[in-house]
Amino acid sequence: MISRRDFLQMSMAASALVGASGFGNWSRLAAQQALTQDQLLQFDTFGNVSLIHVTDIHAQLKPIYFREPSVNIGVGDNRGAVPHVTGADFRKLYGIDDGSPSHYALSSGDFSSLAKAYGRVGGLDRVATVVNAIRADRPDALLLDGGDTWHGSYTCYHTEGQDMVNVMNQLRPDAMTFHWEFTLGSDRVAEIVEGLPFAALGQNIFDAEWDEPAELFPPYKFFERGGVKIAVIGQAFPYMPIANPGWMFPEYSFGIRDENMQAMVDEVRAQGAECVVCLSHNGFDVDKSMASKVTGIDVILSGHTHDALPEPVLVGETIIVASGSNGKFVSRVDLDIQNGRMMGFRHKLIPIFADVIEPDQEMAALIDEQRAPYKDQLEEVIGQSDSLLYRRGNFNGTWDDLICDALMSEREADIAMSPGVRWGPSLIPGDNITREDIWNVTSMTYGKAYRSEMTGEFIKIILEDVADNIFNPDPYYQQGGDMVRIGGMGYRIDVQKPQGERITDMVLLKTGEAIDPAKNYVVAGWASVNEGTEGPQIWDVVEAHIKKLGTVTVQPNDSVTVVGA
Amino acid sequence: MDFTRRETLALGGAAALTFVLPFRANAAVDDVIAEFTGGAAVGDAGVELTAPEIAENGNTVPISVSAPGASAIMVLAAGNPTPGVATFNFGPLAASQSASTRMRLAGTQDVIAIAKLADGSFARSSKTVKVTIGGCGG
Repeated sequence: MISRRDFLQMSMAASALVGASGFGNWSRLAAQQALTQDQLLQFDTFGNVSLIHVTDIHAQLKPIYFREPSVNIGVGDNRGAVPHVTGADFRKLYGIDDGSPSHYALSSGDFSSLAKAYGRVGGLDRVATVVNAIRADRPDALLLDGGDTWHGSYTCYHTEGQDMVNVMNQLRPDAMTFHWEFTLGSDRVAEIVEGLPFAALGQNIFDAEWDEPAELFPPYKFFERGGVKIAVIGQAFPYMPIANPGWMFPEYSFGIRDENMQAMVDEVRAQGAECVVCLSHNGFDVDKSMASKVTGIDVILSGHTHDALPEPVLVGETIIVASGSNGKFVSRVDLDIQNGRMMGFRHKLIPIFADVIEPDQEMAALIDEQRAPYKDQLEEVIGQSDSLLYRRGNFNGTWDDLICDALMSEREADIAMSPGVRWGPSLIPGDNITREDIWNVTSMTYGKAYRSEMTGEFIKIILEDVADNIFNPDPYYQQGGDMVRIGGMGYRIDVQKPQGERITDMVLLKTGEAIDPAKNYVVAGWASVNEGTEGPQIWDVVEAHIKKLGTVTVQPNDSVTVVGA
Repeated sequence: MDFTRRETLALGGAAALTFVLPFRANAAVDDVIAEFTGGAAVGDAGVELTAPEIAENGNTVPISVSAPGASAIMVLAAGNPTPGVATFNFGPLAASQSASTRMRLAGTQDVIAIAKLADGSFARSSKTVKVTIGGCGG
């Protein structure tokens, strides 16, 4: 007699084999230089239900480069656990050959040269091809969007998300949950959500005044697929009013609310759900922690922290699937559901190699239609880059170094601060920098670049506060971003220490002097969550700076010393 | 004097708790608790405290408490200058022994609920609520 747990573990091993053979194939194919669409899509249809997961697209309609992080430190129980394994260690863990397509797609290291060999990734026209192919195998597959969809580009900003709504509607998701969408403002969000032809879910989206579930966002929706009654429960980003400007959506309150999640799981099970899927924007470590506390969820489709994992992670009897960001990946998860139990699964993280996967023509035309009114603005070349420009990583990326330089020089500041967001595609050396590229790493509805005076003591308080949002050993106290990026100042951080003791050795780089807690410094930054922030838009600041430089060369930045990793 | 294993564990637990409290519970908190319980031992089952992990706004943090059969539930903010928040008293005709309120928190600290249960014993539950300046979500 095989218990359910044994069965899950067996199928986990089987899935690993499927995954491994998939990777092995890519690696061999790399040697043969013959990556094909059929091989990327190859999947032996399994069980009776298929889930398709996309998440954190950040309005990237067209193929882009996206470098995965080389620094992604785990703390507490997650120290050294995926997704906190990067570069060569990641490849070793999953048996990925150096220089292979999966090296390029999933890990950092040698990025610029591999990018030149394998080309761009993503593009929603390519994603449409993959979704259509899965639907050809399994016509009633569920397509689920984990959110951060209506944010992150020039066209998305100027259409207030309408370009993404039009394109996603054509992709026909069955449900969605939310994060950055709310920074469009609650009126605009309500306007879009009321017209959506699919479910807008969030068990943790509450009315702020009454602390009751918000009517506009149901907690779950039932689907009957392959003869199986499936409940999809939505989980929006828990810390929206803290990590983003709450004044833009004062009607709503969020939070993890795992006791309500448990109540919803129990409710849908009582209503006959044979399979429970959580469409989550918690972030990976929060999802792992939630899976250990809430029982009865079969699959968590995890978003927010932008991790791409080639195999699901098993917590108790729940599998957690992480599907990357920026349109770079699509996850397919086939489930065998028998008598209300998940008896096995098969999973594949499909990398969207833009030069290998044929664009879907209808979707390509629709995307061009969204971009046509802005074409000249998007394509204008502002400068060139001699350096790899990327953002992802716990500390400074080269894009942020460039943005901090722009802030210090254009705003005449001693110190610059750039938010530790995880979105923003990469550019490789030799690339033109277009206006679109600048907007891809700066676009937001609260992008004004402030300039103010702060004492050395207050700067430390900010660093300590943000550091605790990343390195608190309990994932429930993490917000899922990266460390605030600093220009003009160096510091040492011990990630294992408690809040208030992590940051030491703060130095003003231009003088080499220690930061004086009592002294005032001129600080320029952007993305303040405070209402009424004044200053020029960050994309204009960066554009002016790049225009003056002509060609951008970003020097290696070793001003942050990290210990305890 | 003999200590049972349970008592020893409880002592060790209390010591550890004091050590990790972000805003250390001051003596006033212990006094208020002692006054409420009359010095009786406090268990950990029977009262539920619901509070956010991270406050959306430290000036108005929603919490709720529930303790089936309880005659009273006291709520304390251990790190506030004045720790007392509220004591909810339930008469014999109360349909349910639960309550919700909002409180102001001076900073990251533990919120504590202590219930006087139907059998006269006491139960305690606590949760760390973080108050942050926020701003950098991915």
